[in-house]
Amino acid sequence: MELVSLRNVGFTYAYGDKPALNDVSLTIEPGLLYGVVGLNASGKSTLCSVVRGIIPHFHHGELTGEVKIKGRDLLEWDPAELSKSIGYVFQNPFTQISGVKDTVFEEIALGLENLGVDREEMIDRVTTVVRELGLEALIRKNPNELSGGQRQKVAFASIIAMDADFIIIDEPTSQLDPDASEAVFGIIRKLKERGKSIILVEHKIDLMAEYADRIIVMKAGRVVMEGPAREVLVSDELSQAGVPYPEVTELAFALANAGKPLRSVPITRAEARELVSARIKEAPHAHSAL
Amino acid sequence: MPIVLSDASFSYPDGSLAVDSVTLRINDGERIAIVGQNGAGKTTTVKMMNGLLKPSSGSVTVDGLATTDQTTATTARTVGYVFQNPDDQIFGSDVQGELEYMPKYLKWDAEVTEQRVGRAAKMTGIRRFLKVNPNDLPFAIKKFVAIGAILVGDCKYVILDEPTAGLDDRGLKLLNRMMDQLEAEGVAVIAITHDMRFVVDSFTRVVAMANRKIIADGSCEEVFGNDDVLSRAKLKRPEVPQLARELGLSTTALHLNAVVALIR
Repeated sequence: MELVSLRNVGFTYAYGDKPALNDVSLTIEPGLLYGVVGLNASGKSTLCSVVRGIIPHFHHGELTGEVKIKGRDLLEWDPAELSKSIGYVFQNPFTQISGVKDTVFEEIALGLENLGVDREEMIDRVTTVVRELGLEALIRKNPNELSGGQRQKVAFASIIAMDADFIIIDEPTSQLDPDASEAVFGIIRKLKERGKSIILVEHKIDLMAEYADRIIVMKAGRVVMEGPAREVLVSDELSQAGVPYPEVTELAFALANAGKPLRSVPITRAEARELVSARIKEAPHAHSAL
Repeated sequence: MPIVLSDASFSYPDGSLAVDSVTLRINDGERIAIVGQNGAGKTTTVKMMNGLLKPSSGSVTVDGLATTDQTTATTARTVGYVFQNPDDQIFGSDVQGELEYMPKYLKWDAEVTEQRVGRAAKMTGIRRFLKVNPNDLPFAIKKFVAIGAILVGDCKYVILDEPTAGLDDRGLKLLNRMMDQLEAEGVAVIAITHDMRFVVDSFTRVVAMANRKIIADGSCEEVFGNDDVLSRAKLKRPEVPQLARELGLSTTALHLNAVVALIR
């Protein structure tokens, strides 16, 4: 069964003068990682909020069309129940930290506490996620004293610990150094391998190319394209929506423009390495000086 | 006159060091990127530049004056710091009020205020949001409001803490245009960033920090050419330069066009 289905969905915030989502129809299948890309204010976070039920249960406004989550109409869901079955990592880590817990360990455990998980399992799950994210040095610190990047990791950890089958992650690495970003994506990859369904909003297109199964491209509140990452990331629609191509894809386009096309257009560095190597081997004399 | 940090250290009240003996000179109108792991001491270092934090040992001078001899408000008039989290900085109930806060505080006349606020709003692309409550704006636009509020002032140095976080391509172009204009006006820009492509595309000088110290200070080619620095500061090369290196094409080429030229 499809996990989420949206049919002709529109949403206008109570304070907004134009729709944040406009005639969106979309199907999310379970077990896949969907990347969502588009300009700021193109509707990415609003889409996440609808799927997560924060709209219309918390953010008010006018919702039109039909939203079904696990086959059940969004309006029939109890918000509390929905929040247990869908994990949600907020875009701004500064808003997610609860402010009521004295240590990072307790902060990460907070969601589990609310779910009524027993103490032993709670400690076990928090310890595991702390190890996966390399947060050992932080667990005794006060969450309010953390740096932006540290907060972002803690916010991410607290959702991962809840172990929902369906997780929505809105820009998890915006404050993180490159190493930590890769660690977060490594965890996302593991979640995927364990069969979780994931919707991920992320500007780092090179990482998206590496990890996403399918990509949703948004522009001005509409979904302008949805399809396999390989097709979307080399499409004209992507750049028309103001989203950059992966770096190696751009390189392939530049090579083609210079009359030196590769056999196909890569989206990841590993693919680019093979394709460029092949090209170099075809013209061995040209590179013999190197 | 430059900003000069000489053996500047900063320690927390409990005695633990956040920044350890940093020596750094930032010249007038220069553009410099500070990179390194989360927790390496980058934000503490720049907060010492604008007087928000005073060095616990060593010295920090701005245009020849020690920050320890001035109030933070005085130093901050010359060195503007845009916070990493706009919510730490923004408190106005509309964008216009936020931008006019400093002129009101400094009792500027209406004409100067209008001119400076108009300039800052234009440079940061927020003119159409002037009547909006900053809290209703997306994170990335809120960040431009925070930058705008600093640009209203007459700073010779502007510090941007993670300016590209959550920024799309259009925002990035706007940010680059803004930095070009500041450069043309002779204003130095110091940016803390994790975005290595932004560093390579928009900066010539890079300072890498690790474990509370500066471990490299040089051109993009020098810093991104040094595997030891990259691994200690937990940095990653952008994809295309990394590809060029893996293929044995070049250890120094950083830009797409340079790599295109290397592939026959």
